[in-house]
Amino acid sequence: MRTIFSIMTDAVAYGMVLFIISIGLSIMMGLMRVVNLAHGAFAMIGGYLASYAIRDLHVHYSVAILMAVIGTIIVSIPFEILLYRRIYRKSDPLIQVLMTIGITFFIIGIVNFIFGPSLKSIPLPQTLSGPLDIGFRMLPTHRIFVIACGVVTALALWLLIEKTEFGIKLRASVDHSGMADALGIRTEIIYAVTFALAIGLGAFGGVVGAEILPIEPFYALRYMVTFLVVVSVGGAGSILGALSASLLLGLADTTGKYLAPEFGDFFFYLSVIVIVFLFPHGLFGRSHA
Amino acid sequence: MSEIVVTHVPHKRSIPFGQEAVGALSIIALGAIGYFLYPDDLAFLTRLIGIAFLVLSLDLVTGYCGVATLGHAAQFGVGAYAAGIACVRGITDPVALLAVGVFAGTIMGLISGALITRFRGLPQLVLSIAVGQLVAALANKLSWLTGGSDGLSGITPGKVFGIFNFDMYSRTAFLFSLGVLVIVFVLLQRFVRSPFGLMCRGIKDDDLRARMIGVSIYPRLVVMYGVAGAVAGIGGALTAISTGVVGLDSVSFERSAEVLVMLVLGGAGHLWGALAGTVIFMIFEHIVAAANPFHWMTLVGLLLILIVVFAPRGLIEPVLSLASRFKRKGEAA
Repeated sequence: MRTIFSIMTDAVAYGMVLFIISIGLSIMMGLMRVVNLAHGAFAMIGGYLASYAIRDLHVHYSVAILMAVIGTIIVSIPFEILLYRRIYRKSDPLIQVLMTIGITFFIIGIVNFIFGPSLKSIPLPQTLSGPLDIGFRMLPTHRIFVIACGVVTALALWLLIEKTEFGIKLRASVDHSGMADALGIRTEIIYAVTFALAIGLGAFGGVVGAEILPIEPFYALRYMVTFLVVVSVGGAGSILGALSASLLLGLADTTGKYLAPEFGDFFFYLSVIVIVFLFPHGLFGRSHA
Repeated sequence: MSEIVVTHVPHKRSIPFGQEAVGALSIIALGAIGYFLYPDDLAFLTRLIGIAFLVLSLDLVTGYCGVATLGHAAQFGVGAYAAGIACVRGITDPVALLAVGVFAGTIMGLISGALITRFRGLPQLVLSIAVGQLVAALANKLSWLTGGSDGLSGITPGKVFGIFNFDMYSRTAFLFSLGVLVIVFVLLQRFVRSPFGLMCRGIKDDDLRARMIGVSIYPRLVVMYGVAGAVAGIGGALTAISTGVVGLDSVSFERSAEVLVMLVLGGAGHLWGALAGTVIFMIFEHIVAAANPFHWMTLVGLLLILIVVFAPRGLIEPVLSLASRFKRKGEAA
């Protein structure tokens, strides 16, 4: 019982981290149809910035998160203007893969040149580091915090996309970008804002999840596949899909690591192949012909 | 990239097998330069030839069929492990080991082709990565067979044709690899201009139109993947034979990404582009990566971005257009 409970907590926390980071990628893929392999690289920038802010500037954790998110968005602006705009919606996947892999390599090289090639820790504040008593069991406070962040992110995104004017325009652009353009929606602005939102979510997830996915020099490459798999299994552009895929994969991965550490990766990729082969547009995705 | 024009429409051919002879002689000439000018770097050059097979193989599926894959090292690695395991278990004849590599590579190619070419876009990419990672995970976990993370060592192949021993300066290994490369390259030159190869090109340019004229796409792509697997398997087997070890790096994600960079650097859709990209990339890596691996990553990233933005058809394109202009001028005169 104790094992099951700790597996569940870890699995849900891990799934929520995956969700926060991947949902940005998923929205980008749903709207701009860009297979952005560099998404993890931006999450990594967020992690490095937060680590620098806390350890060298000695600011509070919450301020560090804010600085990391805003800093990463600022860093990403030149990439959006110079590079990503060229590949929105039209190019074939090969060009997108090549360009975003190039961006990933570039960011890894530069980040490690500036901050040094070592594991970066993001120290937690007092309130988040200890265990929390929830009545019948003690749980690590940080895990609870991560899960809460994930739930809040999912709710806020749902509100943004379903209930606001921006959301209406965004959904219109997803469904038919040419027609949305013709109706007077400035799609290039929608794209730019969505890009910033996606990158910001990635950076936020990178910082909050640093305890679970440690920030290290090859972070962008190591988890690139995982984030892509979440989006592919969940279906591009679907919040519910990304959430359920994250939790499912988090559960599968964590359970595998607890129970059969020898063959964790093997079963993970095998299940990915089976799921993607049976549901090529994801569990909750729609086909974009 | 879809507007590639097929230039070799059957025009009057002056010399039979002219192109093939030029190809074979050029590779032999390049090999001779490497052999006589850099006798101390033959081990590196042999490794380069091994990778060249993988890039040629990737060219077949990416350049000629338009399949975006990030798991192509799987075919190479399976060929390498198969040859290595066969050698450790007692088959020491290098030519037989090559055959083992080809066989294993073909099987792996057919399996991954059947999975990967079923879809296009994101599912295709994710499936290719997952297949590659699955093979990598297997190679890591089946350590009784593959040596796991220590790598498979103790591969000591016998003499080539029973005469030439593998020496420590890699002279035999280099010449053997070069010979195999010449044969495979000539065969591939014929293969990509065969009706089958041209049809694959048609599928890449417009798969809807190909379907409309009655081509069943999926089986063709799977067969093409099988051929590509065979070529990659040769490369893997050659690398296993010449270096004597097979490590997990031969199936890694980084290897798959690197060969994609090499292919695009040279120019996808041309066999010469694949070779040129391999040579340029490997030599640069040999020099720069030794200094600082992170500078190397920055450079590769920058290079990749620049190529995609400014020369999406690779470095071979200006050379080819120059050659065709030269040819046209010659015809006009």
